[in-house]
Amino acid sequence: MSEPVLQVSNLVKKFGELTPVNGISFEIQKGEILGLLGANGAGKTTAINMILGIVTPTAGKIRVFGKDLAQERIAILRRMNFCSTYTQLPGNLLVWQNLLVFGKIYRVPKLKSRIDEVLEMLEIRHLKDRVSGNLSAGESTRLNLCKALLNKPELLLLDEPTASLDPDIADKVRKVTRRIRKEEGASILYTSHNMRDVEEVCDRIVFMHQGKILFVGTSEEILGHFKEKSLEDLFIRVARGGGIDAGPVSFDSNSLPV
Amino acid sequence: MTPSTIQALVLRNLFLYTRTPVRVVELLFWPLVDLLVWGYLTVFLQKHTGGSFPYQITFLIGSVILWDIIFRAQQGVALYFLEDVWSRNLLNVFSAPVTNVDYLLSTYAIGLIRAAITSLMLSMLAIVLYSFNVFELTWSLIPFVFNLLLFGWALGMISTALIVRWGPAAETLAWAVPFFIQPFAAVYYPVASLPPAIQWIAHCIPCSYIFEGMRDGLNSGGVSWYNLGMATGLNAVYMTLAGLLFVHVMKTAREKGLLTKFVSQ
Repeated sequence: MSEPVLQVSNLVKKFGELTPVNGISFEIQKGEILGLLGANGAGKTTAINMILGIVTPTAGKIRVFGKDLAQERIAILRRMNFCSTYTQLPGNLLVWQNLLVFGKIYRVPKLKSRIDEVLEMLEIRHLKDRVSGNLSAGESTRLNLCKALLNKPELLLLDEPTASLDPDIADKVRKVTRRIRKEEGASILYTSHNMRDVEEVCDRIVFMHQGKILFVGTSEEILGHFKEKSLEDLFIRVARGGGIDAGPVSFDSNSLPV
Repeated sequence: MTPSTIQALVLRNLFLYTRTPVRVVELLFWPLVDLLVWGYLTVFLQKHTGGSFPYQITFLIGSVILWDIIFRAQQGVALYFLEDVWSRNLLNVFSAPVTNVDYLLSTYAIGLIRAAITSLMLSMLAIVLYSFNVFELTWSLIPFVFNLLLFGWALGMISTALIVRWGPAAETLAWAVPFFIQPFAAVYYPVASLPPAIQWIAHCIPCSYIFEGMRDGLNSGGVSWYNLGMATGLNAVYMTLAGLLFVHVMKTAREKGLLTKFVSQ
């Protein structure tokens, strides 16, 4: 098997007495979509922030494209991108201006045609000359996705990309996510509270709880093991502390040092 | 250092100004108010003191113009960071391939542009309204202005570092920091006017030498090499220390997760 695109090993983050991430390990292979699931406070966002280099780990290693993130952060960031429902692009700028700025930062070749391409892909090309701050929530999320796709990232981090979207737009975002993987071969780390998102989009799931990984596998493997009908039922059971033993259960020999 | 990244970050800020004309008002309105108040105060003093009016008082107008260079350069750096906080764009920028050097150089460029726009407008108006010509300093104006920019950038880095370290509640420092030092900076009066016990503070601030040098230059028509040398030397120290502080605070911010706290604002 080829080297993983992302390799997280024994990652720990402590903020004083708090330990939001406590020794997690997982990998993403090329072209894989990995779901990062967990209730609020499970440590998903802290984990993503560490992978982006915004938060420095207390312990553990993050290797992206075979390189150490701590040593080669800028070179790695050029080849990845990020989209979160909690960030926005400057609202005063026009849609094309925002994409031009980030395209230049990521050194995107043939930038103008790439901007048109991603706007077309997300079906918002007609909004190119609109003020970003006047877009609806759905349009704004798709603009964020456009920014995240500009540099044809080999690793894409999507933090709750369908939050606050209506079912129609959420469905489009899921389709685009699968299309990016298929057409551009991107590996994707996908966090969501929407279980439908996860079941439809992700190849494997990492389920986090209180900073630790509870289990890793496909949704079928996980549901079969815990004898639940849906991920949503399992999510509620875990969030309420219902009968899941702490400690990682892996259905995939490559993903966890069990 | 990546020129295309710096260009992109500068472009982003220029787009903000062209898209929001009210920002230009901020850039021109307050300096204009300062010029009018100090300018007409000078005119008033001239009229009511007759022949005994000291020539140096006209330098108040020059002080307004030169102080604004520091202030605009500092704001260029500090407000640049806050623009990203206000627009919830901070994580997009800091998760992008932007080094500390790229980031700082782009803020310097914005500070330079802001200072150039404001000081040119004030200089022209000072000639028209008060017959005060700061360009009488001739070529010595260039190192004076450069030193003021350096000090403004250093104050901007210190302001941003304090805002990052203390969080969103410290936003007001973006405007306050230059005024912490203004009373000791010999902007409107010479260092000798300060009580002897606190003159040492003025001697530790680079811009006090610039303002003293400006008054000397306009008085004598010569260049005060001592003042220029002291300002340049102190600025080298301030720029180095402010740069190290900025880099240290950004490292601490990543360790303590401080940048993510701005996102939830």
